[in-house]
Parts: sequence; C-alpha cells; structure tokens
Amino acid sequence: MKVYLDNSATTKVLDSVRDIMVKTMQEDYGNPSSMHLVGMYAENYVKEAKNIIASALKVDTKEIYFTSGGTESNNMTIIGSAMANKRAGMHIITSAIEHPSVSNTMKYLEEQGFEVTRIGVDSEGIINLDELQNALREDTILVSVMYVNNEIGSVQPISEISKIIKNYNHSILFHVDAIQAFGKLEIYPRRLGVDMMSVSGHKIHGPKGSGFVYIKDKTKIKPIIHGGGQQNAMRSGTENVPGIAGIGQAVADVYSNLRENSDKMMKMKNYFIDEITKLEGVSVNSGKDEKFAPHIISVSVDGVRSEVLLHALEEKGIYISAGSACSSNKPAVSETLKAIGLPKNLLDSTVRFSLSSFTTKEELDYAIEAMKEMLAKLRIYIRK
Amino acid sequence: MNNMFKAFLIKYAEIGVKGKNRYIFEDALVSQINNALKGVDGKFTVQKTTGRIYVQAESEYDYDEAITALKRVFGVSGICPLLQVEDTGFEDLCKTVIEYMDKMYPDKNTTFKVFSRRARKNYPRSSQEINMDMGEAILNAFPEIRVDVHNPKISLNIEVREKINIYSEIIPGPGGMPIGTAGKAMLLLSGGIDSPVAGYMIAKRGVQLEATYFHAPPYTSERAKQKVVDLAKLVAKYSGPIKLNIVNFTDIQLYIYDKCPHDELTIIMRRYMMRIAEHFAKESGCLGLITGESIGQVASQTMQSLAATNEVCTIPVYRPVIAFDKQDIVDIACKIDTYETSILPFEDCCTIFVAKHPVTKPNLKVINASERKLEEKIDELLKKAIESVEIIIAE
Repeated sequence: MKVYLDNSATTKVLDSVRDIMVKTMQEDYGNPSSMHLVGMYAENYVKEAKNIIASALKVDTKEIYFTSGGTESNNMTIIGSAMANKRAGMHIITSAIEHPSVSNTMKYLEEQGFEVTRIGVDSEGIINLDELQNALREDTILVSVMYVNNEIGSVQPISEISKIIKNYNHSILFHVDAIQAFGKLEIYPRRLGVDMMSVSGHKIHGPKGSGFVYIKDKTKIKPIIHGGGQQNAMRSGTENVPGIAGIGQAVADVYSNLRENSDKMMKMKNYFIDEITKLEGVSVNSGKDEKFAPHIISVSVDGVRSEVLLHALEEKGIYISAGSACSSNKPAVSETLKAIGLPKNLLDSTVRFSLSSFTTKEELDYAIEAMKEMLAKLRIYIRK
Repeated sequence: MNNMFKAFLIKYAEIGVKGKNRYIFEDALVSQINNALKGVDGKFTVQKTTGRIYVQAESEYDYDEAITALKRVFGVSGICPLLQVEDTGFEDLCKTVIEYMDKMYPDKNTTFKVFSRRARKNYPRSSQEINMDMGEAILNAFPEIRVDVHNPKISLNIEVREKINIYSEIIPGPGGMPIGTAGKAMLLLSGGIDSPVAGYMIAKRGVQLEATYFHAPPYTSERAKQKVVDLAKLVAKYSGPIKLNIVNFTDIQLYIYDKCPHDELTIIMRRYMMRIAEHFAKESGCLGLITGESIGQVASQTMQSLAATNEVCTIPVYRPVIAFDKQDIVDIACKIDTYETSILPFEDCCTIFVAKHPVTKPNLKVINASERKLEEKIDELLKKAIESVEIIIAE
C-alpha cells in the first residue's frame, strides 16, 4: 500500500490539470504575445486562468500576476514593494516562523540596508499581537506574515493583524504568504485587508513551476524581473501557458467544493490526532480547533529520531516529512519548532503528516498501525 | 588553436621498464586508452610503435573532451598534442615550426631548445643538423627569443618519421599502471571522503575494483545509498566499471547493539563488515581488501583498533591512505572529483549508534569474548545479509 501523507510538500496533479496542460503544449502552443490566431488561443488560456482565480478570490483580474511558484511570489512582492517604498522608510516586520522563501528574502533585504523586526509566536505558533503593535514605527513600510505555517499548521489572525497595521498607518503594506492556506481556507484578500498575497500551484494539485500573486490595485511596487513587458511589465517573460492553464484548472476544481473538502480534511485530521495521541510517548503540536489548518499534523515522538521514523515508515510505503532535517554532521533545527518552545529532546524527533482531500480513513488507519509497529521496534534501540 | 592538433603522443614512464612483460602493460594501456576515448565525440585510432603510443584523430573531435578522457587513463604519464605535417622539405618545415612557435608562445621573451629525433634514417639532415638549423631559423624569426641548452623553458621536439611530428607541450597524466595489469581487489566503500580516494589510489596501480557498501535502513536512507552509487560511478571513471555489492546490515548492527557492550559496537561492527566483504572478495577472485582507514583519524582507526579489525581478515588489507592527513586525502578527493559528493549530509550507518566514548584501545581478548555473546544468531544473520545482497554495476 502506498500512502502519501506529504501533501504540504507537494500534491498529485489532477487529471483535469494534466489534460489542459497537454492541450496547451501540443495543440494551443502559441506565444500569448504573438499577433496571430495561434497566439490568441494561447492568450485565452491565460485570460481564463486569471478569471477563475480572480473570481475565487473576489478580486479584479488585473490584480493577479502569474509567477514560477511560491518562492518567486514571495520574492517579487517583498523585494518589489520594499524597493518601491524605501524612500518612505526602511523598516520591515515579519514573524519568527516564516518559510525560508520569506525569511531568507528578509535577510537579503537586511544586506541591502533594510531593518527587519521578527515577531515571536506563542506555543501554538500564533504571533504575538501586542508585540506586533509595539514593533510598528514611523518608518515601517511593510509587514509580511504567513497565513498557515508549513510545519505545524497554525493559522494567523490575518484580519486582526491587518487592522492593527492599518490603524497605525494606512500606507504600510501588508503581504501574506498564503502558500499553505490557499485551497484549504476561504480567503478573500479585500475583506482581510491584505495588499499582496503569494500562492503556489503545486500545493493544490496544480503543476510545479506555477504560482501567482495578488497585488491590490495601485499598490506601490516595482518589478524584480525585467524584459519584454509581459503582464503589465510587472513580471516579464513569456507566460508559462501550460503552468498557468494548469493552476487555473486546479483552482477551478479546488474551489468547486472548497468548504466540503476542508471539512473532510479537518475530520480526517482530528481522527488522526485522536488515534495517534493514544500511542505512548507521542504528542501532537497541531491543534484540532480553528487556529489550525485542516491538513497539517505535526507529531513529536519521544526517543525516536525523526529521520529514522521517516525511513521506517517509508519501508511500509508511507511517505511523510521530517519536522527538521537533522544529521550527525549538519544539524538544522527547525526555527518554527524552536519558536513554539518545543522541548529540546523533541526538536529532532518531530515529523509532519499532511493530508489532501483525497486522503482516506483507511490510509490513516494503515499509517497509525504502522506507527504502532515501528515505534515498538525502534524504541528497543534508542540511543544508549 | 587546439584544432591544429590531430594526434597525441602518449608518454608512459614506469611501464617502459618492465622487461619481457612490457608488451602486456603496453597492450593493456592501448586498450584502456581505447576505452577512455569511446565516450569522446570523434573517431580515434591508437597505435603502438616501438616504445611509444600514438593516438590519431580520424575525424573532427572535441579537443578538451579528449584530453579530459586521456588524463584519466592510469599508466599515462604525459600527453603531448602533436602537430603532424607531411615532409615537403626542410624550408617548409622551418616555416611550419615558426608558425607553430608563434601561435603557441605569444610572449617571445623566453628560452628554447630543439630536440630532434630522426627515426627515418634517409632524411637528408642528421638530428644534430636539424637542431642547429631549426634553432637558427627560429632565432632569425623572433629576435627576442633565446636558446638555453641547459634549462630551456620550451622544449621543442621534432620527430622525423613517415610524417613529421612537432610538439612542445606535455600535459601531465595520472601516472600509475594500466587497469587490468595487477588483479582485482574489494573496496569497502562508505559514503565518506576516504574510501573513494583509497579505491582510486589502488586502482591507479592497475588493480581492477569491486566494492561493498553496508546500508542500514531505516537508519540510513535511500539517498545515502544513492550517494554511494554515485561515488562508485565517479571512481569508475578512472577504474572502469565497478561491481557494487550492497549489503543490508541493519539486523546485524541491531543484534550487536543488543548483545555487546556499547563502547565496543563500532569495532565489532567493523569486524563483521570485513568478514562479509572478504566473503564477497573470495567469491569473485579478489586478491585483497581496500579500506580508507588512516591511523588515528577516529576511534576505530587507532593502531589497536586497526589490529582488532585486521584480525578477522585472511587476505591482505590494503590501506593506501593509512599515513595521510585528512587534508591530504581531501586534496586527492577534490582532484578526482569525489569530494563534493562525499560531503553531502546523509547518515551512514557507522554514525547512528555510535557511543559517546567508544573504546580506542580495544583488547582482542575482550572483543572476542563479546563476540561470543553473538553466537546464537550471528551465523544466520550473516547468511541472510550475504544472500540478500543487491548488486549494482557502477560505470
């Protein structure tokens, strides 16, 4: 039995997505910028994808730009807005638990002379709002906070964060990395008070190398990729038509029953948490309530190294992630797990299970059985 | 400029002195050169004449690729790119040589000496005359250049054969002996820096390689195994194809962990690795084992530990890096291009259960006593490990 429980790493592409992509590569393979009919057909796929996404988010089509994925989306919005607004100030605020595509982009901006404040989180991974309030300054130009944490699944109170920022100074831009949230939660950037938002295609059954950003109309931002002026010169380069058509199709399918699928995942997740916490020495870092996304379960297993558990489950055909990759010669402890104050002995013993709407109860039962069996075996040989 | 060379003279030092067996070494070298050139874009013939080997390009070819390939052939001490011309008289030859010198050495503030060899004895000038007349022609053409008969910066060689060969550059080869002239040995290959270097060094003496790797799933990952396969492939670029035996060591390792004192784990583990590697070595006619051990590098490589692991072997164990400092080994690893792969951070099975303070001076009596605690199941486990070996040909 193959049980893929690493859907926060990437997901299987939907048949409908594959089909439309093949079509754009073999039939309607034109360049959207070409003036002839073949080019126009290709352009139609881009327009259609933009329509689907804009209506899913309840925003305007001209506020959507396609990118090569989550990392580029984060780079483009954060660097682009920081550079465009640096005359107003050079202070940026972010959280302590961001994905590397944000945290390393922040480090880059620090090298460019920006000052970055990182807000801490509580034991559930939710950022400290008082700390945020106090961190805001006259020269603050940008706040970037992830919607759903990729390791433990905590959901940030985006709407409240926006209110705090905008009450302080309406012109501070608010960016949200929604890569783990999109397709799981109902997200309407306007209602939430978000200026910029990053999304990746392959986390929602779309293709790798696809993504988009929402950038609110009239937001002051500069492009970071320059060239032939495609996408209003915000993101030059011939449009990745297969990727764009693919992500458009994925969004259409995911949004056709978003709430239903989320509820289903939430039920599965809570079932899994109930069952797995029955095992001895197992604790779960993801909660069952609305503060956590419906698809991510961070599990700490006392006395068993995450990498060993991962490979042991692999032998059973179960595929998961290690909370933090740790090896004897290169310890890389997770910043998120440290930030939520996980005890030291569990930092290297934490794994992540992540579900999709296709995950079944049988698969979860199989995984729990395998965990039982493997933990019994592995615990005999804990480090002396 | 490089496309003016249509041939190479292959120099070999050591095999030139092998007496009556010399042809065996030369034939092996020719065959290894042929093998190495198979992957190069272009057609070549390799000829053996008295005391020298020529590689002749029979078509357009990629010069850099050809040199890279030749530089990996053990037994080659130097590669001389040859300018080959028809004999159309000495005047023409002078012109060609002057043109060659001009192209090769834009800076004329240097010294040279002409070394000529007249293999075709009916050539109208003696080698002494060629040296003098050619030297004079070059001096006339380039007033800045000087002759130095003792320490010339440029040694200009002119060989008069059917055609005339002109060369002055020697690209160093790896040296050593051609693969296939010495026999076969079994390399204990881990994912580290040392063992690929050890394999390379022994292969350089003409030894064909086979290898054994021990993995311990789930304590080591598929990626760690893939890394070892990749390392074997890198070494195989020099040594030729390597048969890699992949042994599942988990059960043996856990059994030892269970039954024996923790601080002796690594030593006892290594003794069983040697036993298993020797089994495969004997099975396929290897004449020795090769390890990347170096005195004192880690607890299991002290003189006492080496003696303890060596005790279980009945065939010679070759340890080519035994007296090397780590940095010396790293230097070779960089040179042969295995370093980058070796330092990828995956677990290897030696590191997982390692004791905080392993024994550094194991006592053989004590170790043997500990191993007796394994009597109940170890033979069965060894048999299972040997029978379930996975074999990959790395090439």
